[in-house]
Amino acid sequence: MNEPIEIRIPEFIRNGLILWVIIAIAVISGAITSTYTVQAESQGVVLRFGKYLKTVEPGLRFKAPYGVDKVYVLPVRRQLKQEFGFATLGASNNNQFSEPRTRTREKSMVTGDLNAAEVEWIVQYRISDPRLYLFNVLDPEGTLRYVSESVMRTVVGDRTVDEVITIGRQEIEEEARDRLESLVNKYELGIGIDQIQLQNVNPPPPVQASFNEVNQAQQERERMINEANGEYNQEVPRSRGVADQKIQASEGYALKRVNESLGDVASFKSMLAEYKKAPEITRTRLYLESMKEVMPKMGKKIILDEDASQILPLLQLNDSGTGALAR
Amino acid sequence: MKTQALAILIILGAIAFYLCTYVVKETDQVILTQFGKPVGEPVTEAGLHYRLPFIQEVNRIEKRFLPWDGPANEMSTKDKTYLIIDTYARWRISDPMQYFLRLRDERSALSRLDDILGSETRNAVAKHELIEIVRTSKDRVAETDKLLTEGIGKVGLLYSIKVGREKVEEEIFKKAAAKLTGFGIELLDVRFKRINYNETVRRRIYERMVSERQQIAARFRSEGAGEAAKIIGKKERDLQEIESESYKRVQEIYGEADAKASAIYAEAYDSSKMSAEFYKFIKTLETYRDVLSSDVSLVLTTDSPLFRLLKSTEVSLPSAVSAD
Repeated sequence: MNEPIEIRIPEFIRNGLILWVIIAIAVISGAITSTYTVQAESQGVVLRFGKYLKTVEPGLRFKAPYGVDKVYVLPVRRQLKQEFGFATLGASNNNQFSEPRTRTREKSMVTGDLNAAEVEWIVQYRISDPRLYLFNVLDPEGTLRYVSESVMRTVVGDRTVDEVITIGRQEIEEEARDRLESLVNKYELGIGIDQIQLQNVNPPPPVQASFNEVNQAQQERERMINEANGEYNQEVPRSRGVADQKIQASEGYALKRVNESLGDVASFKSMLAEYKKAPEITRTRLYLESMKEVMPKMGKKIILDEDASQILPLLQLNDSGTGALAR
Repeated sequence: MKTQALAILIILGAIAFYLCTYVVKETDQVILTQFGKPVGEPVTEAGLHYRLPFIQEVNRIEKRFLPWDGPANEMSTKDKTYLIIDTYARWRISDPMQYFLRLRDERSALSRLDDILGSETRNAVAKHELIEIVRTSKDRVAETDKLLTEGIGKVGLLYSIKVGREKVEEEIFKKAAAKLTGFGIELLDVRFKRINYNETVRRRIYERMVSERQQIAARFRSEGAGEAAKIIGKKERDLQEIESESYKRVQEIYGEADAKASAIYAEAYDSSKMSAEFYKFIKTLETYRDVLSSDVSLVLTTDSPLFRLLKSTEVSLPSAVSAD
């Protein structure tokens, strides 16, 4: 048993080949873990042994290998958004919208006149300070959701339901933005708020019908007024025209009356002039002419001798009830 | 063989380095413990640090602000309105040693926060009326849509407040922050996230909203009817005015014209005795012409100027026919 035990060391170890293999693996993995790319819209935050080292701009970058340096790449130039009370398809980040069952609770709010409203809105923001974003608050975007809800309720709580739904929208957006920005700065989230936009803002569903009724009533009021105006406009101008017509006609009459009188007077005057020259003859002529004209038109004509006038009662004037007796 | 020795040396060196050092991240702070007992000051500076291998244990503690999301609790305000209130807070471990000794981990910290913030919120809410928790700025006056809300009671007006939501939040914050410093916890902020009516209150609120809107709608309708009536009234008035004015004007014109014509006639006919006589004469003849017609019977005697010649040939007509 004193035969020596032969430990067989493989040829390649004896040649030191394994060492070379290890070195090769080390070099290759070192090369792989020491390069990284920062996309155009992003910035990289480099940590060495967990400590902040620097922030780098887009491009192909190098770092210390084997986990000595660690890089967080953040899309600082991308505008991100969060939706409250609703959700659109295609999320740009995990915090874009909340779970379906919390959405109703998210949007129902109490207004300053102690009514209720359902408010949907979006917040548009950017990562403005990557270092704060990463190291100051755990889950900064989740925090932003909380702050945004709180701020929107603060602002809506200071307004009446009519302001919230119709007339005060822009003011709400602006005030909410300012308040949100100041809180985000206070918390040092490393986020910059671009804007807040209100989306659908409605009264709660059970109340909606009565809000519509108000709109309808408003329309109805306009309609009633318009109809009355229509009636007014249908009658008054026509009546004005008719009145004008009557006045014009009377003015015509006036002209006619005056002109006729002038005409009558003129003819009278010329006749008078003739008459003055020979009054007796003219008078006789006129009388006879008239008689000539009048006599034939008349019915019964009875000429009595003056002395026989007593028989007059005997004559039967039966043709007509009227008679004329001239003496 | 020299290279083999070198390789072994390098590997041993790496292992020793690994055992004697630890990394503190930007988001961490570390307390070293030796058999469970803290050693030295907490390490808050990020980077590479040294320790004794095997006997010193690394306890990592969050350095960032951490979330606390309160449960949605039903509570009563001073005016006995039941609300469901949802709060949130952000806090951080400001004194790691204190925190480590008293709480040790986040779970127990959060449960302590639940207790303290929950009770402080409840106290604050119970001390104030509902509107104080809803509204914020005391001096804000609501913009109103005059068209909509004028003349309808309190619609479109904000309830006035003495304290306001932010002050209530501050109250909770101050009280809770004081209680939490003992645990090495710094409170950054506490706020109401959501405030909602509970189910029964909500139904009442909805009923009130509906009745308010119905009032507004009714007012619109009656306003419409009123305006329309006004317009119709004005129409009648205007029609009467137009018609009567035209009547008046027509009568004036007639009168004026008749007067003028009379004046013209009078002036001409009455200019001298002769003209008056002549006028009477021809007017009488004219009247005969108009008055006498076929249904008139005429009885004349031979004495009349016209037929005198039937009896006598004496010509004395002119004196007989006098313009009387």
